[in-house]
Amino acid sequence: MTEAATLLEIKNVAKRFGSVKALRSAELRVRAGEIHALMGANGAGKSTLVKIITGVFPCDAGSIVLAGVARNFRSPAEARRAGIVSVYQDPALVPDLTLSQNMRLARVPLESVTGYLAEMGIGKVDLSAYVRDLPQPILRLIDLARALASEPKVLLLDEITAALPSDMAGKVFEMMRRWRERGHAVIFISHRMAEVSAICDRTTVLRDGATVGVTETASGSQEQIVSLMLGTDIAKAAQSVAQPGVGQSIPKDEPPTLEVRGMGLRNLLHDLSFSLRPGEVLGVAALEGQGQDELFDCLAGVRRFDSGTILVEGKEVHFRHPGDAIKAGLVFVPANRLQALLQQRAIRENVALPMFRSPRSWGPLSMARERERVQSAVTRLQIDTRAEAELRRLSGGNQQKVVLARWISHGFKTLLCFDPTRGIDVGTKRQIYSLIRELAAAGSSILLFTSELPEIRLACDRAIVMFAGRIVNEMPAREADEATLLLSAHGLVPRVAAEA
Amino acid sequence: MSARIPSTGRRPPSVLGKRSRDLLVFLRDHTIVALVLLLCIFVFGIELIRPGTVTPTWLSNSLQFAAPLGILAAGQTLVMLTGGIDLSVASVATGAAYLLTTNVSLGGFAAVLIALAFGVIVGALNGIGVALLQVQPLVMTLGTGLMSGGVMIVYSQKMLASQARVPGFIQALGSGKLWGVAPLDLFLWVPLAALLIFGLSRTGFGRLLYAIGDNRLACHLTGIRVWRILLVNYILCSVVAAVGGLVLVGSTNAADLGLADVYLLPSVAAVIIGGTSIFGGRGGYGGSIVGAVILTVLTSLLTLLDVPEPIKQILYGAIILVLAAAYARLTG
Repeated sequence: MTEAATLLEIKNVAKRFGSVKALRSAELRVRAGEIHALMGANGAGKSTLVKIITGVFPCDAGSIVLAGVARNFRSPAEARRAGIVSVYQDPALVPDLTLSQNMRLARVPLESVTGYLAEMGIGKVDLSAYVRDLPQPILRLIDLARALASEPKVLLLDEITAALPSDMAGKVFEMMRRWRERGHAVIFISHRMAEVSAICDRTTVLRDGATVGVTETASGSQEQIVSLMLGTDIAKAAQSVAQPGVGQSIPKDEPPTLEVRGMGLRNLLHDLSFSLRPGEVLGVAALEGQGQDELFDCLAGVRRFDSGTILVEGKEVHFRHPGDAIKAGLVFVPANRLQALLQQRAIRENVALPMFRSPRSWGPLSMARERERVQSAVTRLQIDTRAEAELRRLSGGNQQKVVLARWISHGFKTLLCFDPTRGIDVGTKRQIYSLIRELAAAGSSILLFTSELPEIRLACDRAIVMFAGRIVNEMPAREADEATLLLSAHGLVPRVAAEA
Repeated sequence: MSARIPSTGRRPPSVLGKRSRDLLVFLRDHTIVALVLLLCIFVFGIELIRPGTVTPTWLSNSLQFAAPLGILAAGQTLVMLTGGIDLSVASVATGAAYLLTTNVSLGGFAAVLIALAFGVIVGALNGIGVALLQVQPLVMTLGTGLMSGGVMIVYSQKMLASQARVPGFIQALGSGKLWGVAPLDLFLWVPLAALLIFGLSRTGFGRLLYAIGDNRLACHLTGIRVWRILLVNYILCSVVAAVGGLVLVGSTNAADLGLADVYLLPSVAAVIIGGTSIFGGRGGYGGSIVGAVILTVLTSLLTLLDVPEPIKQILYGAIILVLAAAYARLTG
């Protein structure tokens, strides 16, 4: 207890889910009258900590002390009564009820909600409107106003500014400052380093489920935060990576396999341009929700974009259906395997699926030819076929290999790989990356998004970094160390990317 | 401390012995074997209750009675494999039968074509609604079923019912027997069944039906135009239902506007009993055939026992629930 008023104190909190340790020893001290940032890379345990503080689930060990009293909240309602309220990235409002019905449901006084809405400058919002008809950014502010209306002593904001337009984010910051002035505490979780250094007083950094440091937020603390998030050992370890460097050997005058010019989509993508040469693996690095999902969806024909063009081997293409993209040689491996696979069907049927795209293939099928095509892909990817009759009995890694086998047996020019190693064991990961290198060596182009930044150097020739719907940095893979990527991904560009 | 961590792993090992677990695995992979066993138990039960009932003639009659239901269940299987349901099959069958009997004056062949065309029209409506307008299959087919029922009432008021007649060849198809033993409708049903079973397992179209039923989004992302397959499939289902109506009117020898109503829910029940998942993606027509025969034999068993109608319905419901629960345990 250094300063007089430590309002909330988290001591040595641990939490495990099955065999996964989400939190090992999280520590957090928040004073009354401060805005405290909580930062950490994906999977560091921020969300788990927030959910423990707000009583969504209990902790296995450690203690929560609020205003000098040890507490153990068993439900969010109990935490709310004690004065701890959180606002999440997705507004917790019922879409099929009106705003006033939602407020009544949450038992908060309507007048104070409208009061806070007026303070944020959206007092004219119609309370009899249905939630489903209101735009997402407005709903976040309403969710915030609802949280404020219960007058919390500790307000937790989990990624509230992600994908929020800057004027609205400004209103959120204004309310945070006002809350601080009233002597309450705000815990702010954000990936945007600039926001954190602009409004937060102190920052607690989590890494691998443990608190690794607390910094006073002042100018120059950004690099310190990033190095805390990374850990010292990683910076050294990343040196001895095999350099792919295949992309360089391709002559530059050959037309790019894929070129994107000025792609724009509402406020999600802005003027994206890049190209992909034959035999090149282009990595995309970004924090969650920076437009990478939309970029891949547009390239795969899942979603249409507003402006810009896609060129395949120099010719402009238009995709109205994923089938058009596949015909043009762009195939998509989505992040969520459940979106790609037939869980109740056999491996063979899963791999052969794209062969039936055209009505000409609706007739009798040649089982022998199909088996041959499928078998070669299955062997090449070393898929464990012991449980081949039903895909859902396969492990996650093997399921992911089935998705890749599908496109390898079908053929493609550009592989759009969205986080192919999410939730996959290390051995399979390595196999998938060496497969990607093999495919590139055989002349295919690969666009690879991965949420694990060290993998960019392992598998790619070149990397682009996206932030808030724009490409903010581009570099050869050998320069794409984790620190550089992480800084760019937070919207801080250390060096100007004026190379290309 | 860590006592309340929810387990995400598999179910704890069963208390069953290895041999009975092997049996369960075998039955899960070969549900049709279990169904045929169930059917044999019913037949054996009939013979036990009333010795001397089960004769070649009785078997032949049972199959003949089962054919209209089996044919309606064929279309229903196609739709349910994609995760849908067709509640218009009974109205389509009735309408087709009614159109046939009232248009005999144009010639038997033309009358059959008109009846089948009715199936194409209703099926196309279903397909457009489900595949293109994204209407829930249950709602869409309930709607078209009611509409075609209404259209038939209007039509019946315009027509002179005295001209209605079932053509001879349809009558023979529905109630005739070759050499007094082989029901003629089997000569339609068996090839249809063979075609369907082959089509489902050995054609691209069949593959796609399973694929759509399993994961429609995955099919879309794999570049498949899902709507085309659904449209064709609903048309197929309605045409098959119209064929079922023709066989049915051949056996009753008169078409009224409630002809096939009693077959609607049994057509769904036969598919479910046959092991096709109502969520789609799993099953096949072989099971539906056995399901249709089981329902038919069960009816004659209950009639033989003089079971009152309400009790029959309770038993039907109970059998469907027991089998559905068994499937859920076996495949869950």
